[in-house]
Amino acid sequence: MASELAIDVEGLVKTFGSFRALDGLDLTVARGEVHGFLGPNGSGKTTTIRILLGLLRADSGRISLLGRDPWRDAVAVHRRIAYVPGDVSLWPKLTGGEIIDLFGRLRGDLDTRRRDQLIERFELDPTKRSRTYSKGNRQKVALVAGLSSSAELLLLDEPTSGLDPIMEAVFQETIRETTAEGRTVLLSSHILGEVEALCESVSIIRAGRTVQTGTLEELRHLRRTAITAETRQPVADLGNLPGVAVVARSDTKVRLEVDAAQLDTVVQRLAGAGLVALVSTPPTLEELFLQHYDDELTADMAHGSGDAGA
Amino acid sequence: MSSLTGTWALARFAVRRDRVRIAVWILSIVVLVVITAASVKGLYPTQHDLDVAAAASIDNPAALAFNGPAYGLDTVGGQVAFQVGAFGLTVVALMSLLMVGRLTRSEEESGRLELVNSMAVGRHAALAAALVVVSAMNVVVGVLVGASLVAMDLPVGGSILFGLSFTMIGLMFIGVETVTTQVTESSRTASGLAGAVLGVSYAVRAIGDVGNGALSWLSPIGLVQKARPYAGDVWWPLGIALVLTVGLALLGAYLRSHRDFGSGLVQPRPGRATASPLLGRPLGLAVRLQRATVWWWAFAVLLTGVAYGSIANSIEDFIGDNQAVADMVAAAGGGASLVDSYLATSLLILAVIAGGAAVQMALRLHSEETAGRVEPLLATPVSRTGWMSSHLAVALGGSALIMMAGGFGTGATYAFVTGDAGQIPRLIGAALVHVPAIWVVVGIACALFGAAPRWAVLAWVGVAVGLVVAMFGALLDLPGLVMDLSPFQHTPQVPAQDLTALPLIVLLAVGASLVAVGLAGFRRRDIG
Repeated sequence: MASELAIDVEGLVKTFGSFRALDGLDLTVARGEVHGFLGPNGSGKTTTIRILLGLLRADSGRISLLGRDPWRDAVAVHRRIAYVPGDVSLWPKLTGGEIIDLFGRLRGDLDTRRRDQLIERFELDPTKRSRTYSKGNRQKVALVAGLSSSAELLLLDEPTSGLDPIMEAVFQETIRETTAEGRTVLLSSHILGEVEALCESVSIIRAGRTVQTGTLEELRHLRRTAITAETRQPVADLGNLPGVAVVARSDTKVRLEVDAAQLDTVVQRLAGAGLVALVSTPPTLEELFLQHYDDELTADMAHGSGDAGA
Repeated sequence: MSSLTGTWALARFAVRRDRVRIAVWILSIVVLVVITAASVKGLYPTQHDLDVAAAASIDNPAALAFNGPAYGLDTVGGQVAFQVGAFGLTVVALMSLLMVGRLTRSEEESGRLELVNSMAVGRHAALAAALVVVSAMNVVVGVLVGASLVAMDLPVGGSILFGLSFTMIGLMFIGVETVTTQVTESSRTASGLAGAVLGVSYAVRAIGDVGNGALSWLSPIGLVQKARPYAGDVWWPLGIALVLTVGLALLGAYLRSHRDFGSGLVQPRPGRATASPLLGRPLGLAVRLQRATVWWWAFAVLLTGVAYGSIANSIEDFIGDNQAVADMVAAAGGGASLVDSYLATSLLILAVIAGGAAVQMALRLHSEETAGRVEPLLATPVSRTGWMSSHLAVALGGSALIMMAGGFGTGATYAFVTGDAGQIPRLIGAALVHVPAIWVVVGIACALFGAAPRWAVLAWVGVAVGLVVAMFGALLDLPGLVMDLSPFQHTPQVPAQDLTALPLIVLLAVGASLVAVGLAGFRRRDIG
């Protein structure tokens, strides 16, 4: 069973001095999936990825990356992964092309055809010294270096920050090709549209702890669907049903938020009253995300301190 | 005037941000002058001593090429001006060009200036602020140099003029850097170009001073030395320097307003689209990143060696019957000849310089890590030990290469003067004897980086101790225990002393243990 998982992390704890960056984080990523890794700034995403890379040592917790311990077997693990950082720092005197080749050769899987193809797609000028690149172009260097590899697991830490929408589309297309080859991707991102477009499953973390994990479908079920309906006759008693909240109603119009389990009952009652119009909106990832973020704000205020979000 | 709006605020901010750097530059220069003045007074207590020293220098081409024209060498003031000489003026010029580059082009290159310029700040304010701050630094240097020499009982007029010559050389190189920063996009290139102007200035006046002095007028350094402090006090050459400064600054401002923000007058050439075969392993990367550093240090140490070697044969004339100087040189080797003692002392100083180069190269580990460039590398199948060893190899190999260059430079000119070609291999060999001590300093940097990265800069302490002990140990009569703190002191001072293996083996063992501590620490700690 363990071999089915590309990443298997349980109870990860990491402290920096008195600051608890990770506080029992869990993360499982199945082989072949694109897994979204979400959380507000400072929630521990980058720390987790650095531990997965064996750059930081966890205080406690169980970590398995491709079936191995990334701290002890760093080099062996690194032969099978590629990493794209979100905050890219390059050697100012080297050109983008030189840096891409360097990383390809260090990984030992430089594929010049794939490299040239990606350089063209991302419209990168590889002859410029990296000192002169803009933020977006530095990011492209890191992306081409990482994505031109044949690694079976890609760790991407906010890989598209600074890219324009056209390049964002190129990125998504490239990731789809990657997964079509059966490779696994861990995608830490703030761009929820990107996660929704690419990921089958997500983990949402907060203050160093996993608060929600599952497929996007499963997560949607945890959230109420918004329904706006107009009926011929007024519908009574909807507010009494468990899992249903009436947001607004007039004579024949009603706006509701409904738990997935109650959808069937609600729609039948609306139909019984003679439906004239019906709009149903599934919850967006943004709502799922903000729900947890709101909880955090509320919790902070309740405790009268801001330590949870740092 | 609106293009200068905000100049005052930016200048104050620059002083606030660089207050330590500014203070260190100014104090180092003033201390250099004060120490030289104190040592001149100590070494030549009588007029007779001064006369002997003057006679030794006045027709010695190497000394003239190194220091400048021989004006009033039979006075304390003249000796101070001569011995601080072109070197002191060069340091002031270096301070000025590096500071201007730092405050203008570096800010522009990093993108910080873009943010500043987007506010209610005039187009020329950043440049004007840099000129104000660095000019003020030079004025402070001039005032402090002049005042401290007056305080040491040197003639008032000469002291003020000497201080003013420091200010003026600085101002001229502010002007030079203001022009060169407009040329390319890179602050390093800008400072490199201005540094090249400085190098040429030094060389032109060296040739001029050895000859009849006419050529020296063409060099900014030569020009301010024509002011002849303590030896006639001629003020008007400094007026020419002022005119040059204003002209260069105006040219810089003109070029600045005729180029786009962030760009240079010369567009950068495209580089390689693909990497050469060298760039495929950690060692290749480390060599690529550090090779320019190695070459520049080797070149500088070679030139220093050339200077040392050229006067080796006439060292006895130099010292004459001055017991203090003879003691200082002879401290290196008990019964050896004066020339061999002098050569040994010269090589020791070259070794300390090479030690500084080695620390800089080893601490590249630290700067790469703090810049965040290590994490992506260590996310590839490169092991921590592999990456760290690559830069260590460059520091160890590079410092040995630098010592070879120094030994060759010393040997080449000494061989030329004596007509004995065998001096070249002899002095290269003697120079390489110092390599184990240099590697100890590399080991210190490595151990600190691996085990206590927050304290990595303390690696410079080893070199600083080495420098103080080598330059002033005998003069200050430091106790043996203090002298022993310098790793360089444990090296047999060849050719004054016999070559013995044991100290070298011990130094190598110490260096290797320190490296082992560093590697073990780095394997165990968090990155970043």
